[in-house]
Amino acid sequence: MSDLEMAATTELGVRPSGDPAAGPAATAKTRSLYADAWYDLRRNWIFWVASALVVLIVLMAVWPGLFSSADPTACNTRRQFAGPSGGAILGYDFQGCDVFSRTVHGARASVLVGVFAVLMTGVIGLVFGMLAGYFGGWLDAILSRVVDVVLGIPLLLAAIVLSKRLSADRQGSGIATVVIVLGILGWTTAARVMRGSVIAARSQDYVAAARMLGAGPLRIMWRHILPNALAPFIVVLTIALGTFIATEATLSFLNIGLRSPAISWGIDIATAGKHVRESATPLVAPSVFLTLTVLAFIMLGDAIRDAFDPKLR
Amino acid sequence: MARYIIRRLLQMVVTFVGATFVVYALMFANQNDPIQALAGDRPVSDNVRQVLTEQYHLNDPFLVQYGYYMRGLLTGDFGKTLTGRPIGDVMSDAWPNTIKLALLALFFATLFGIAAGLVAGLRRGSVFDNTTLALTLVVVGLPIIVLAPIAQLVFGVKLGWFPTTAGARPSLYGLILPALVLGAASTATILRLTRASVAENVRADYVRTARAKGLSARRVVAVHVLRNSMIPVITLIGVDLGTLMAGAIITEGVFNIPGVGSKLLLGIQTEDGPLVVGFVSVLVVVFLVTNLLVDLLYAVLDPRIRYE
Repeated sequence: MSDLEMAATTELGVRPSGDPAAGPAATAKTRSLYADAWYDLRRNWIFWVASALVVLIVLMAVWPGLFSSADPTACNTRRQFAGPSGGAILGYDFQGCDVFSRTVHGARASVLVGVFAVLMTGVIGLVFGMLAGYFGGWLDAILSRVVDVVLGIPLLLAAIVLSKRLSADRQGSGIATVVIVLGILGWTTAARVMRGSVIAARSQDYVAAARMLGAGPLRIMWRHILPNALAPFIVVLTIALGTFIATEATLSFLNIGLRSPAISWGIDIATAGKHVRESATPLVAPSVFLTLTVLAFIMLGDAIRDAFDPKLR
Repeated sequence: MARYIIRRLLQMVVTFVGATFVVYALMFANQNDPIQALAGDRPVSDNVRQVLTEQYHLNDPFLVQYGYYMRGLLTGDFGKTLTGRPIGDVMSDAWPNTIKLALLALFFATLFGIAAGLVAGLRRGSVFDNTTLALTLVVVGLPIIVLAPIAQLVFGVKLGWFPTTAGARPSLYGLILPALVLGAASTATILRLTRASVAENVRADYVRTARAKGLSARRVVAVHVLRNSMIPVITLIGVDLGTLMAGAIITEGVFNIPGVGSKLLLGIQTEDGPLVVGFVSVLVVVFLVTNLLVDLLYAVLDPRIRYE
């Protein structure tokens, strides 16, 4: 398959209605990159396990009432560490709150932070990576230095300093602050990956062909380079979603992310950790769900990476 | 080689100045009244306020303050915490504990990671390979705020194998469990990379040549396969150091180790700007220098790599 053909099929392939070969029932020899990856992905059990977990977590975030009808904020210290009962299948924690209900309701903060932080890093990373990769020169030099500086400080360290600063200035719901912190600090990897694949795609024949046909830089970037540079970018963002959720929990654990009236797995893990000698369930329940969520996105990213990598076939 | 090192050092200076400036700006720009933060709820007399303002250049413009700070930093003077203790003292108390913890974590991670990765890579598809691979996947997904309290619960409280907290003067034994927790994620990534790298190298031509020369299997694996498989692994260890230092904040907090991480966290929570900037600056330098050393190590491991 020549580069030109490949560019054409890929362009069509991203629009499901455009090319019959891009559909799931593709048996033709010229499958697009994405149809090919999807063909591979459907045969990977890890992909299905991860997807099922993601669907479960998103359901919990959108309709927590489906899983637990108990009010997570209806706490009564008289029930402190009371064992499981019909209403509360995992018993009660230090404050006398329903452990299961709190765990279910904790999904919302994690998913919101993860999704919005990834959207923000995705947009920043896409724009910066695309511009630096396509135009090169001084723009690339400056952006690469900025990325170096941001990557010079470990993510958690920078996130702690930044969220301390932001939360001191504004008294809002913590979710927006955490999203901004992660967005400002998290885009560097995505931008680097995008820049790398844009540089690789820029010198391909089909880009030269498009340029000779009179396409402007914007059209070349959007219609020709982007579809061919998107795969590693998607992988990085999927894994970043898991990392961001873990970082949110860590910040909340340290009492600088979400604050107490909000329900977050990180907060519950921190509180339960102090009373672990009295009762372990309040610690274990949010821990298990946090781990499963992070794991689901990492597995999903891994599976997508494998599907896009022709060397592993 | 010399030119390469000089260029890298110059880039490091830019990164260092940028990173310290960002942290400095975040800690000090339009902060709440630090003098009041120092005094807590007690009222501060005008005299005290004036002396402190003078002493810490609080009335000077921001860039001048940063200039003063960098001058101090370059002459090895980190200044004082807001409670009046020299930051150099705080560091010399905290660093030994964190270095011990980080080295122990790195030791466990490389030992287990490379050993298990080598076995898994040589026997791809075996039961051992599949089990370790599934296990590493779980470990990679385990956030340290989950791993640390759960490990403390299981091995400290329930089984009683290790002390639950390390205490003010942590013994080496008390640091084993925190180090295992801190190094867990690195162990998993090192294992996976070693496995992939070994599995690729055992099929390489030079390994076949070595076998054909009649070398023992042990020598082929130890010298030919392992050495060539170490190049990506060493990079990873360098990159992991940053994760390790950030993870130390949680691990030291949970296990009550008086190290850099717990001091830093305390400094952030009490808005102790000088302490935080000083600690972060040193951490950034450590991070940058390790990354440089890692890049230079490439040339030692693989003589084909030349830096111009």
